[in-house]
Amino acid sequence: MRSPLGRAIGYGSAKEGVEHWWAQRISAIALIPLCLWFVAAIIGLVGADLEAVQNWAGRPLPAILLVLVVIAVFYHAALGLQIVIEDYVHKELAKLGLIIVVHLLCFAFSVAGIFAVLSLALAGSG
Amino acid sequence: MRSADRPLSPHLQIYRWQLTSVLSILHRATGVVLSAGTILLVWWLVAAASGPDNYEGVQDFLGSWIGLLLLFGWSTSLFYHLCNGIRHLVWDTGHALDLESTYLGGWVVVGATGALTLIAWIVGISRWVS
Repeated sequence: MRSPLGRAIGYGSAKEGVEHWWAQRISAIALIPLCLWFVAAIIGLVGADLEAVQNWAGRPLPAILLVLVVIAVFYHAALGLQIVIEDYVHKELAKLGLIIVVHLLCFAFSVAGIFAVLSLALAGSG
Repeated sequence: MRSADRPLSPHLQIYRWQLTSVLSILHRATGVVLSAGTILLVWWLVAAASGPDNYEGVQDFLGSWIGLLLLFGWSTSLFYHLCNGIRHLVWDTGHALDLESTYLGGWVVVGATGALTLIAWIVGISRWVS
């Protein structure tokens, strides 16, 4: 009877473990300026009515940055939540199911966010 | 030795609380909080995109005391995760990993989180009042 370690010795690594790690760091780096911009922008919009928000989101730079924020945030969230699930959920089926649900939800929320920014932007510029 | 007989490493409750472990746990906790909180952002965007009535509804909720409490928690979590995330990125380059630097960096993160949260809310509230 061999231990799991004994069985694994000699096979080497799967050679693809670092992709997730890199994706998490790169999205983190992107989110540093994006988050600071977003918080400053939100503070600038305190008390604004819808027309002011539309005019703001209708300008190219805020619209592009908002879409980038949404993409980077949900990408980073999906990667991070996946790690949390992998660490704490030990039943294989539940783990896999939760990871799939989290990734799909993050994808859906980012599509909703991007759509909202675009329709806001077009309402503002139109 | 069979796998079942191997000693387990001691778990969380064995250790004394210390700054480094608390900040590490907080990083993960704020990450989860922010994931949930970001749904609020999408809700705000979608409401704004679907017309004045929906936008009013979200604005009223965010202006209520529970909305403000959520925003305060969200902003504190964001600033903490941002500052401590930068600390992690520095570690990833192999720097500042000794005991003294991890404590110094930890306190810098705590201070920066407090300062950024304070500044954001002072500016925000002064704009709200004026």
